[in-house]
Amino acid sequence: MLGRLSWAAIPLNEPIPLLTAAVVVIVILAVLGIITIKGWWPYLWREWLTSVDHKRIGVMYFVLALIMLLRGFADAIMMRSQQAVAVGGAQGYLPPDHYDQIFSAHGTIMIFFVAMPFVVGLMNFVVPLQLGVRDVAFPVLNSVSFWLTASAVLLVNASLVIGNFARAGWMGYPPLSELAFSPDVGVDYYLWSLQISGIGTLLAGINLVTTILKLRTPGMIYFRMPVFCWTALSSNMLIVAAFPILTATFAMLLLDRYVDMHFFTNTAGGSAMMYVNLFWAWGHPEVYILILPAFGVFSEVIATFSGRALFGYRSMVLATLGICVLSFMVWLHHFFTMGAGADVNAFFGIMSMIIAVPTGVKVFNWLFTLFQGRVVFSTPLLWSLGFMVTFVIGGMTGVLLAVPPVDFVLHNSVFLVAHFHNVIIGGVVFGAMAGYNYWFPKAFGFTLDERLGKASFWCWLAGFYLAFMPLYVLGLMGMTRRLQHISDPSWQPLLLVAELGAVLIFFGILCQIAQLYVSIRTRDSRRDLTGDPWNGRTLEWATSSPPPAYNFAVMPKVETIDAFWEMKRRGLTAVEPTYETIEMPRNSPTGFVTAFFAVVTGFALIWHIWWMVLLGLLAAAVTMLVFGWSENREREIPANEIARMERARLGLGRPA
Amino acid sequence: MTVATIDVVPTELARGRGGGGPAPTRIVVAYGFWIFLLSDFIMFSGLFAAYAVLSDQTAGGPTGRELFNLRNVFIETACLLLSSYTCGLQALSAEQRQQGRFYVFAVFTFVLGAAFLVIEISEFAGMVSKGAGPSRSAFLSAFFTLVGMHGAHVTSGLVWLTYMVAQVVVKGLRPHVLRRLLCFSLFWHALDIIWIGVLTLVYLIGAR
Amino acid sequence: MHDWRFAAPEAPDGRASNAQHEPRHSSLLRWLAVCAAVLVSSCHPAGILDPQGPIASAERLLLINSTGIMLVVVVPVILATLGFAWWYRSSNPRANRGPDWAYQGAAEFVVWSIPALVVILLSGVNWIGAHQLDPRTPIPADAKPLRVDVVSLDWKWLFIYPDQGIAAVNQLVVPAGAPVRFRLTSATVMNSFFVPQLGSQIYTMAGMTTHLNLLADQPGDYPGLSANFSGDGFSDMRFTVKAVSVGEFDGWVAQARGSGSALDDPGYAELTKPSQAVAPKTYRSVAPKLFERIVDQTALDPEKARAGKAWCPPEPQAGG
Repeated sequence: MLGRLSWAAIPLNEPIPLLTAAVVVIVILAVLGIITIKGWWPYLWREWLTSVDHKRIGVMYFVLALIMLLRGFADAIMMRSQQAVAVGGAQGYLPPDHYDQIFSAHGTIMIFFVAMPFVVGLMNFVVPLQLGVRDVAFPVLNSVSFWLTASAVLLVNASLVIGNFARAGWMGYPPLSELAFSPDVGVDYYLWSLQISGIGTLLAGINLVTTILKLRTPGMIYFRMPVFCWTALSSNMLIVAAFPILTATFAMLLLDRYVDMHFFTNTAGGSAMMYVNLFWAWGHPEVYILILPAFGVFSEVIATFSGRALFGYRSMVLATLGICVLSFMVWLHHFFTMGAGADVNAFFGIMSMIIAVPTGVKVFNWLFTLFQGRVVFSTPLLWSLGFMVTFVIGGMTGVLLAVPPVDFVLHNSVFLVAHFHNVIIGGVVFGAMAGYNYWFPKAFGFTLDERLGKASFWCWLAGFYLAFMPLYVLGLMGMTRRLQHISDPSWQPLLLVAELGAVLIFFGILCQIAQLYVSIRTRDSRRDLTGDPWNGRTLEWATSSPPPAYNFAVMPKVETIDAFWEMKRRGLTAVEPTYETIEMPRNSPTGFVTAFFAVVTGFALIWHIWWMVLLGLLAAAVTMLVFGWSENREREIPANEIARMERARLGLGRPA
Repeated sequence: MTVATIDVVPTELARGRGGGGPAPTRIVVAYGFWIFLLSDFIMFSGLFAAYAVLSDQTAGGPTGRELFNLRNVFIETACLLLSSYTCGLQALSAEQRQQGRFYVFAVFTFVLGAAFLVIEISEFAGMVSKGAGPSRSAFLSAFFTLVGMHGAHVTSGLVWLTYMVAQVVVKGLRPHVLRRLLCFSLFWHALDIIWIGVLTLVYLIGAR
Repeated sequence: MHDWRFAAPEAPDGRASNAQHEPRHSSLLRWLAVCAAVLVSSCHPAGILDPQGPIASAERLLLINSTGIMLVVVVPVILATLGFAWWYRSSNPRANRGPDWAYQGAAEFVVWSIPALVVILLSGVNWIGAHQLDPRTPIPADAKPLRVDVVSLDWKWLFIYPDQGIAAVNQLVVPAGAPVRFRLTSATVMNSFFVPQLGSQIYTMAGMTTHLNLLADQPGDYPGLSANFSGDGFSDMRFTVKAVSVGEFDGWVAQARGSGSALDDPGYAELTKPSQAVAPKTYRSVAPKLFERIVDQTALDPEKARAGKAWCPPEPQAGG
């Protein structure tokens, strides 16, 4: 009746997961309870859950990422603690099957449910504003994308309470991830969650590519787009081109597990090597999907806080597109040690080095932007400086690993772990934090507290170096990754330093939580009344903070790069434009409802509850059909309503 | 916010380089759908790659040469390609607002697509009954998945076509219905392109 | 706060933040911490930085050279980042402020050339190194090569000596100075055979054979491990490589032939049962063609045959 689901799925005899699950469930129930008691459901439903406004959706993505950062970080600190104490003969406090789930969950959550939502959220919020338009190309689809990602988050976290998570790492290599070696639900949780969020991400990619290529304000030709939009375009083109590979690969692994096919099995001709190739054919573009928008954030922030235009706009664009194309030609560097032979290894090694060239160009361009600028050490700029130093080190170790013989001794060691955390934390996380501090006032109408922002930056920076520099050394000493206990006691001092680093990062996160709390409490003293708190250069700063639902009452006519800077330079006087009726998309419950059925179907598939699968799929199909039939998807905001709102915003009395 | 007003978009902005402002809905919808189709092609390419790698991993079981009935394959190919032709005629009728002819060609498209599916399903059933099901070998897993995924797309296309005919009946050939029909046509033709790939790589090369 | 809505003659001024931080001093502390960590370890070189064979030595040299080449660019970039940010801070009255540069040909040329030149140089290093250190290339040496067949199981290592007719678990005894020619496979999931002090690792995969060539210069004990996660017992998949003199090696082989059980089919079936932290042991004899049958996956079930061959890279010539 309920497939393979039974009471045994709840970890009643395992204290750590049980306690964690209990805490999580209590917190969720408490939050839902508070919302109910305070009567916030109608507001939440109307303004957030059914919203198709890109700004709201962007914020929700970012909030999701921040919450999952806490979960992923909890996994990280557990791993660090385990490795710091389980040395010599000691077994630590996490038995292997728990530890294996924790590191698998850590990687999966951080990549798919922290880093991806960070960048997709920022792109969602900022890109239409920077392009001078009102929303993305397909607003309802945007909502569906977000809610599918949220469904996947729910499923992954459900594995904490019901059943267990995968123990095959975040990459899920067969044969370990095949039924023969992972017979339980863990890998199924992993696969179905990622398939669901993969669909969401793919739809978001299609949405943003179409928006950037087909929806821009008049006059904004390609070479007048802000650099962040170029990086967003490249990142989303990579999403469109790469995520389907992951969908196909996971589908094949699912078919192996569910209907006894033999794509990657040890028997009947399956090829585990093929999985590795297919996975990384997605996996390498994925890391560029993550880093390119971060590069875009840094370009915006460095230009704004140096008080001058970004140096070398065209070469930045060229470099970005170059990275976009090259990212598909390097995937084998993730498995030089699989035995492909010298010619193939050398080719991919050289291609991996070539991709460092456009990245180097970007770094030099940022340097030249700072040069002879007027640098203001705001929190976003500090994050950017931290990035420039940290990412360059991480990039260096990456090029080092791109030499196959060097990789032969460093592959899968903690040196590799240090490298990718170096570039992902130093690049993507720092970029997300910079973007968060930079665009927060635009989203919410008040700036974040600077002091706590800077404190969090220094904690993160110091914590990062303390946590990961020892791992470089340990990798050189021969320590491999994913060890549940350590045999060599001489490694312990460095592992303790790494633990200290993790604790420092924890303080950084606490500072950020404090920063948010304090900023909200004292928001009246930091209101952004002009919409342009940083003296920005691009069009999003030409709106109020927060912008009205329609973003721009009249779409701006653009004649240069950095369109807003140009407008300020020309000193346009307050001429009231002729307002016209604006059509905006209506809210839609499609996304939320689809997500609900996605969770039901995903859960049923994991636990083999076939009747529930059929019902869930049917319901999802009906939802699609209902949406596909609908026609009245837009509402009109009449011109006088616009005029009233604009005048109230600008504090103008009557038209001049 | 204060900006210069837009009275008229100057001609130099509208020429070529994408400075003409947001594109009309019909173009945006078709463009977005086309990008979705490209992503679908990439998903298929993953399956094609798997097939290419695994095509000789027969694990001692039957090979393509032993299993494929090329006569049926050519018939189903003809059905699918013809259905694309009738789909084109259906689209033209819709553009010309000729509802009656639209229905006729839609029915032909459906029937031909269904014929394709019938032949394909009977091929699969035959193979399974001979013990050459997808769990027999890696080659067969790859075959069934690649060809089956295409068949699943054809099936959803037929469901979609039925749905679109219903929309035309109830709402008529209004702009948003026409946009959706345009997307359907793109989808149906794209399935043809995939099928050519399947025909060549799987059946023609595999049956040598 | 300057209100830009009203006409202004020149470009608006940046809003100064109330930062009083000195990034330079904290970055100094950071570097000190890093150096301290490096010093801690470098007092006692270990692992990859303590090579005991020609492969490992060559790889360490490549590592150091490549790092050195890159540091030539990386260190100035880091210093320039911190330096420019500090010197051009808005509160510095002595800094020259420049105009908005849209495009500067000379700077662009430099900006593209520096990474390109470094990459061209490193690519040469890459190509040559990859070919010289291809794991399949036999190591030229005077001593007679030793053949070892490696099988990764859950969760231990089986070493078959096909020429000596013995086998060992979690213990690899080799003559110092003799090139060892490995053939590797896995009986279960993917693992990676790795002895850091001897050099390159290589994956082991079921149904496939990978190849590796290593050599231990000196007698000694060198720790080995699996470098690809393979399940619950992964952390204990450790073994020791004991390099000994030729005489000692022959003695060890003779002793193994005279003790322990036989690695026949029942013995192998017993070995394939999952176990962790297995103590080293030897087998007096090995069933014929056991390694080949493990690759073919007929070692446990002779009825099962695997059709089709996997692609292998071309065999390089000795001395390659």
